[in-house]
Amino acid sequence: MILKPYDDEVIKKLNVTAVKIRKHVIEMLYRAKSGHPGGSLSAVDAIVALYFHHMRHNPKKPEDPNRDRFILSKGHAAPTLYAVLAECGYFDVKELKGLREVNCMLQGHPVSLYVPGVEASTGSLGHGLSFANGVALAGKADDKKYNVYVMLGDGETDEGQIWEAAAVASHYKFDNLTALLDRNFLQIDGNTEDVLRLESVRDRWSSFGWHVIEIDGHDIGQIIDALLKADEHKNQPSMIILNTVKGKGVSFMENNVDFHGVPPNEMEYKLAMREFDVLQRRLEAS
Amino acid sequence: MGKEMVNPRSAYGETLIELGKKHPNLVVLDADLSKSTKTILFAKKYPERFFEMGIAEANMISTAAGLASCGKIPFVSTFAVFATGRVYDQIRMDVAYSNANVKIFATHGGISVGKDGASHQMTEDLALMRVLPNMTVFAPSDATQTRRIVELMATNKGPMYARIGRASTPLIYKKEELKDISIGKGMITKDGEDVSFIACGTMVDHVLDARKILSKEGINARVIDMHTIKPIDKKLVLKCAKETNAILTAEEHSIIGGLGGAVSEILAEEGLPCRFRRMGVKDIFCESGEPADLFEKYGLNAKHIAKVANELIR
Repeated sequence: MILKPYDDEVIKKLNVTAVKIRKHVIEMLYRAKSGHPGGSLSAVDAIVALYFHHMRHNPKKPEDPNRDRFILSKGHAAPTLYAVLAECGYFDVKELKGLREVNCMLQGHPVSLYVPGVEASTGSLGHGLSFANGVALAGKADDKKYNVYVMLGDGETDEGQIWEAAAVASHYKFDNLTALLDRNFLQIDGNTEDVLRLESVRDRWSSFGWHVIEIDGHDIGQIIDALLKADEHKNQPSMIILNTVKGKGVSFMENNVDFHGVPPNEMEYKLAMREFDVLQRRLEAS
Repeated sequence: MGKEMVNPRSAYGETLIELGKKHPNLVVLDADLSKSTKTILFAKKYPERFFEMGIAEANMISTAAGLASCGKIPFVSTFAVFATGRVYDQIRMDVAYSNANVKIFATHGGISVGKDGASHQMTEDLALMRVLPNMTVFAPSDATQTRRIVELMATNKGPMYARIGRASTPLIYKKEELKDISIGKGMITKDGEDVSFIACGTMVDHVLDARKILSKEGINARVIDMHTIKPIDKKLVLKCAKETNAILTAEEHSIIGGLGGAVSEILAEEGLPCRFRRMGVKDIFCESGEPADLFEKYGLNAKHIAKVANELIR
């Protein structure tokens, strides 16, 4: 039995933060007139739980060798990572305005060289889990206590490299490694089960020797509990299957594959912001 | 008079052990080829710093980038075909784009791989690596130079690629001759004024033999050992162009995009009146065979090189 290191007030605060991040994401994409709303929004709650509650990290010391690491393998959700890093204090929130613009720091997909807090350059799918393996391996070799977390898209696991990495992680018993699968069931060409069947996702990862946990990927309490369980689990890497909704938080984007890589127009932007405002007021009043 | 033959792969493995002693953060990864690449020597000495990655090269490259992000100096080894073409995207994103301190050391480059055939004879790796921003590219010519290049890779930061061949090769240098070796600085191995051979890797020995053939005909050839393909020693190329008016490049690689490509880019932009030939694999896939037979068939042995040089300056 794991004691809950949080109460309703903590969860409420994190949920409010998640709305704030979603607002940033929509604003950034509207301004940039390009980018990926669907997969950015589905990833928000887990990344918020990691950075604002679970991970040991210090924005003032982004190079701290003992920090927990988060790697966004599904690099097209960059706006979410950037908004979270900025709100944590890794860089000025004003930078978010420059997403995808020339002479600005925030590239369309994350680059570790330019952005404080970004651990790995991603955007070409399938690399992040392998990179995380390297971080986990270094941690084991040096007897460090840090954990490494990596978020994969569900469509991303079509890539063969993911399964190379999955095999290596379990072979080396990387119990300092936790993967989170953003299971929103949609990829560019349609439903993941129509494009290239993934089910049973749970069985696949189990058969590769992973400890698998499946939760509601938008329930912050469940996310924190799952992260704690994953951290405590020994001798196996953990996979947290986050059952999510693509476009989560914006009614007309939810489960709508058209918003994979298309930003909101002016009307959609205003509607989305109004929905977030309503949600925020409701959360704050609860 | 027989030449002293030494395998550069053994030189690589032995140097890793020496460097492993000096650098506790040096680690080595291999993809089920450690007996061939000779990383097994390091693995036996430092088992806790050797990581067997299985036949899964893509994961290996990205894992090395993760290790580098934690302050490790990862040396990654496999055959040149699998170390570059197979994992180009991983190298591009995780190593070059991220300017990661990853050292890719490939063996079995070029046609001297021999009997395994074109599937294993990598003749495009220098081009693939040269085009990547941030990447330094080496092709050492003998076992002694291999040792020095491996040291340079370990002690200089940034993404680096080096390739050697499979076979034992004649020893060209003594250790003390290479004490001043540095990245991006070609070596005048033999001086001469009639024609310049600019070669890398195993072809340095072939052009040295070609030089002997030419000297009997009264032609004095200069031999440049261009161990660093990128950054290329532009100053030395221009010096050769001005002083000998004829340059012939030689590499166990496609004539497109590698050493010959790099030299021709310099010559074309400078517009110097210099006669020029690229010798290498002429935009084809080669075949299985004894290395000597392949060098004969594809026109890359000393006799052919001498003949082409003679025609070039006539």
